[in-house]
Amino acid sequence: MIRVATTHASASAEPTRRDFLFIATGAAGAVGLAATIWPFISQMAPDAATIAAGAPVDFDLSHVAEGQIVKLFWRGKLIFVRHRTADEIKSAQNTDITSLRDPEADSARVKPGKDQWLIVYGNCTHLGCVPLGNEGAFHGWQCPCHGSVFDTSGRIRQGPAPINLPVPPYAFTSDKAIRIG
Amino acid sequence: MSGHSTYEPKSAVGKWFESRLPIMGLIHSSFVVFPNPRNLNYFWTFGGILAFMLVAQIITGVVLAMHYTAHADMAFNSVELIMRDVNYGWMLRYLHANGASMFFIAVYVHIFRGLYYGSYKAPREILWILGVIIFLLMMATAFMGYVLPWGQMSFWGATVITNLFSAIPGVGEVIVSYLWGGYSVSNPTLNRFFSLHYLLPFMIAGVVVLHIWALHVPGSNNPTGIEKKTDKDVLPFHPYFTVKDAFALSCFLMVYVWFAFYIPNFLGHADNYVEANAAVTPSHIVPEWYFLPFYAILRAIPDKLFGVLAMFGSIAIMVVVPWLDSSKIRSGNYRPVFQIFFWLFAINAVILGWLGSKPPEGWYVIASRISTVYYFAYYILVLPLLGLFETPKSLPASIADSVLGKGGSGSAMASGAASSPSTKG
Repeated sequence: MIRVATTHASASAEPTRRDFLFIATGAAGAVGLAATIWPFISQMAPDAATIAAGAPVDFDLSHVAEGQIVKLFWRGKLIFVRHRTADEIKSAQNTDITSLRDPEADSARVKPGKDQWLIVYGNCTHLGCVPLGNEGAFHGWQCPCHGSVFDTSGRIRQGPAPINLPVPPYAFTSDKAIRIG
Repeated sequence: MSGHSTYEPKSAVGKWFESRLPIMGLIHSSFVVFPNPRNLNYFWTFGGILAFMLVAQIITGVVLAMHYTAHADMAFNSVELIMRDVNYGWMLRYLHANGASMFFIAVYVHIFRGLYYGSYKAPREILWILGVIIFLLMMATAFMGYVLPWGQMSFWGATVITNLFSAIPGVGEVIVSYLWGGYSVSNPTLNRFFSLHYLLPFMIAGVVVLHIWALHVPGSNNPTGIEKKTDKDVLPFHPYFTVKDAFALSCFLMVYVWFAFYIPNFLGHADNYVEANAAVTPSHIVPEWYFLPFYAILRAIPDKLFGVLAMFGSIAIMVVVPWLDSSKIRSGNYRPVFQIFFWLFAINAVILGWLGSKPPEGWYVIASRISTVYYFAYYILVLPLLGLFETPKSLPASIADSVLGKGGSGSAMASGAASSPSTKG
């Protein structure tokens, strides 16, 4: 197509009607091809049922003892609910955030007045393994797969993970209950 | 190519058919009279072994698919039913699982053969690149196959490998959710992996046809690395190489079935007999042994994006090897300094594999980094520079001369076909 078009262009300065038809046909074909490919890409995305299954979940905190880490699922993703001890809160708050890879104050990762409750996603931000609780140099979590170490605020401190364990969207529905999502 | 279109059908039906579809002539010229260098050693039998393994994997795999259920709730049990209830199901599954390992043993020998004898050099660059593509397709196929039993290693292997794509800046998270079909590895993931695991072997078969086609243009490289010149340098494919390939394949099959029948789980992981659990990662997760060197490279770099880039780069760099190696001499037999670096590279690859199986802590991490540096240095420093400084040994005048010992003592060689060429430089 291109070869024919350029031959014409060099033969006469004015593009011919046939040049126009070649380009128009090619353009229409390209649009049609893209429109055909799109459904084949789009079908890979999370389907309607998977999205619908992401409805908020309620969780009762009253059964979580101090120092305990509870796992639950929302939208198929693992979430840690950690009832932090006073020591864990203090070490999380007293960290110099300028030294962190992903600087974030502990107060930005918990709800105001609810310092004892840390709710974070339970998959390592490196490659998705589940870090082990109360392990590692900072007694937060340590990932068994590639050695990422998180502190008691779920922030990345050592190892290959690039960012902190993210905080899922949640709110306190009462003093002892949360709704995730 | 000498020996081309010498096929003469004898029967009337044969003539009638050949004039309409000349496939017998193609087979005859490709696998009967095709002239191979007469000095090929047993490292050259692995191409045939690989072709056999591909067919074996497709046959056992198609049968296993008749009994397997690709659903997150049923996959694990359906594999157990294959093992216990299906007639010979245990055998088919063990042949398929160990067949994957044998396939990779053979492909690694095949790749190192090519690296040592310079089989990637002109005019075989396209042949080599097609081989790298086959290797990549094999890795994708093996990875997705390992996910199907839906055990703990399946699940967490799938989680780690798909999360590699989350390292892509900006769009990484979206790409990963499109790979999963959800917000984590889940039933849609298993379904699409099964579909692709069934598809990819046939794509491999297609690329293998191109690989053999590209091979048959210049013909096989050989231990001297010099091209065939006269009819004295070559022997017909049949019976000389069909028999040699068949003997090597028989030896290889003995190892294969030894694994399948006597130590079928030796190369697997006990954790994969525990059903997938999204809440618990096994305390020590490792990929299958054939991915370990690349896994070690991934873990050697303390940065997510660069770790992933290094891992993919360690395979991608093989594509440009033909242009990185500056030496005009193909065969490592005639390159004394190259041999040292080559064997260091081979040992280094094994060490990387071993390091990949170790936990990512302490001196293992340091050793992984040193090994990773040498892995890349071999490609981007040693191969380009060595050709400029190294003085190669003198090459024989022809393949026939190297076999028949002309110029050496060369007295008691009974026949060229039976003699053993000096392939150890």
